[in-house]
Amino acid sequence: MALLEVRDLSVVFKRKGEEPFTAVDGVSFDVEPGQTVGLVGESGCGKSVTSMAIMGLLAKRGVKVSGSAKFDGTELLTLSDKQMRDRRGQELGMVFQDPLSSLNPVISIGLQVAEVIERHRGLSRKEASVQAAELLDKVGIPDPKRRLSEYPHQLSGGMRQRALIAIALACRPRLLIADEPTTALDVTIQAQILALLAELVKETDTALIMITHDLGVVAGLCDEVNVLYGGRVVERAGRHDLFRVPRHPYTHGLLASIPRLDAPRGERLSPIRGSVADNIPWTQGCAFAPRCPNAIDTCVEVTPAMEPDPVVAGERLLRCHNPVEPADRVEQEILT
Amino acid sequence: MSTRTDKIDALAEQAARTDSAGVSVAAAAWRRLRRNPVFLFGAAIVVAFVALALLSPWLAPYDPGERMLGDQVIRARDQIPPPQEGHPLGGDQVGRDLLSRILIGSQQTLMVGVLATLIGFTGGLVLGTLAGALGGWVDTVVMRAVDVMLSIPGLLLAVSIGALFSQPNQFTVILAVAMVQVPIFARLLRGSMLAQRHSDHVLAARALGVRQRAIVFRHMLPNSLGPVIVQSTLVLAISIIDAAALSFLGLGNPDDRIPEWGAMLGEAQKAIDSHPHLAYWPAACIIVVALGFTLMGESLREALDPKSRR
Ligand SMILES: Nc1ncnc2c1ncn2[C@@H]1O[C@H](COP(=O)(O)OP(=O)(O)O)[C@@H](O)[C@H]1O
Ligand code: SF4
Ligand SMILES: [Mg+2]
Repeated sequence: MALLEVRDLSVVFKRKGEEPFTAVDGVSFDVEPGQTVGLVGESGCGKSVTSMAIMGLLAKRGVKVSGSAKFDGTELLTLSDKQMRDRRGQELGMVFQDPLSSLNPVISIGLQVAEVIERHRGLSRKEASVQAAELLDKVGIPDPKRRLSEYPHQLSGGMRQRALIAIALACRPRLLIADEPTTALDVTIQAQILALLAELVKETDTALIMITHDLGVVAGLCDEVNVLYGGRVVERAGRHDLFRVPRHPYTHGLLASIPRLDAPRGERLSPIRGSVADNIPWTQGCAFAPRCPNAIDTCVEVTPAMEPDPVVAGERLLRCHNPVEPADRVEQEILT
Repeated sequence: MSTRTDKIDALAEQAARTDSAGVSVAAAAWRRLRRNPVFLFGAAIVVAFVALALLSPWLAPYDPGERMLGDQVIRARDQIPPPQEGHPLGGDQVGRDLLSRILIGSQQTLMVGVLATLIGFTGGLVLGTLAGALGGWVDTVVMRAVDVMLSIPGLLLAVSIGALFSQPNQFTVILAVAMVQVPIFARLLRGSMLAQRHSDHVLAARALGVRQRAIVFRHMLPNSLGPVIVQSTLVLAISIIDAAALSFLGLGNPDDRIPEWGAMLGEAQKAIDSHPHLAYWPAACIIVVALGFTLMGESLREALDPKSRR
């Protein structure tokens, strides 16, 4: 049994007088302790909503969550508010995208770290502050004792994200969800933060769900990758398999649109044409069909199912009628 | 509804915006304010007024309650002591030194303004926090009551409440004026609390399992106070005018030994034809002080409003 088992998770937003909107549509995946699983896809494909549903952070009204998310055997989706609150910050941690707005501007960094330790460990303010300083030190914030009394606006973007990571990991959660943790940061800082996350997670055997639209982040960090499109997982594979033989046309497109150092000079990047707005509903076939270079007639008639890859061996799943053929020699080698 | 509620709501919304960019927005606002002549003018008046009120016991040449020029008053012929040596503004209708009364009068005005604002703020804080934090039917009931009160013109409401007390005194004036401010603060605070409820840092706190009470009092409330402070300066101006109006109408402190600008203005009415200067002085004081607070408050509001920024 995996630490986190997500099965057929769906989230439907229903506001009065509006059509119901299915943001997450039957997503399933597992995360093992110490494993890093990526959720990848363009903005709006349902990554954040998936994580919010697992954390129980979605509004109660106007939102319908179905399916299952079992954490260490306990169903999270049916827990009471109080039971969920006791687990958040304690067993389930989360790091958000924008480090500045995710910190409370009017209270000191020290208090924000100490707050979660006090809350879940029942320590006094004093003991919590000592631990807070140790935590800041551990995430690589220089002069942690002085930082404790500083306010978020006094820290740089990278330092703020380090502080948020310290807060999220303060109670040693067994599962950490990082929702685009580096998107708001400078490129040079991004790599440092990713390295820090990887190191901390490995050290404590924490399970990590890495949410990103950036395949570059996935390449460096994730053991397994789930590619999302229109609220559904369209391809799942180990990191190496996915990068060497992307089979789903959407994954292929994402890979083709990231800049590569080894690309011939002058070669243009080829972004996926169209936008998420061009989706058709999954009920009428493949949601990606309007943008897909491989689309065939079946694609707009039959909804593709998530199935083992018919051609390429290995533990991978695919939701496509007409996958991209594994082309070059390197890829042929792993077909066996 | 009215532009009044719209203005309150616009101010409330700024809480979230201000905060999403951090303290630097407040700092930027302050930098703009420091160079804004309107703000500086208003602030100068306010500072001068507060200093005057605090120092008036030492500045005033005489006891404002003593009828030291009483022998010059001849009521039948409408004789009122004119300006003379030692009494640059002359005396009032019963021969008390007018300058001393004007100077000491600032104390009453400051006290009424500050106390009414504090009481109004406290009432609004309780109601607004309840509505904003609990939501649901509490929110509905509180906000209905608030909207009904806001639909009545403020001064009319203050006068009506003031008239309810059979024996008016200084405290009933303050209470009547404060009651009018309660719904303004309540709506303002509730609005900025709602904006806070959906902010990133409150979401982050919830993701850490922080308890509801700590979320309200540590994360939402302190970040909702910015617009309330702006509103306070505007409310001070309104309170001063309302309190003066109540005293003017005879709904104020009946003890006329303690000078109050509104009451002095009311008294001056009786001799307005022959001695208009008795009315000019208190009227000018009320106008200048209210103007000071209004200019300061409006430029604060403007500085924090992203729409008015270039
Ligand atoms: N509270 C909400 N109400 C209605 N729709 C929402 C809400 N939150 C998110 N959505 C919609 O759900 C979709 C997925 O959003 P999200 O998970 O935030 O995307 P991303 O993959 O970029 O994180 C988007 O189309 C978004 O508009
Ligand atoms: S099912 Fe068809 S439209 Fe969808 S990705 Fe595969 S080939 Fe493209
Ligand atoms: Mg997102």
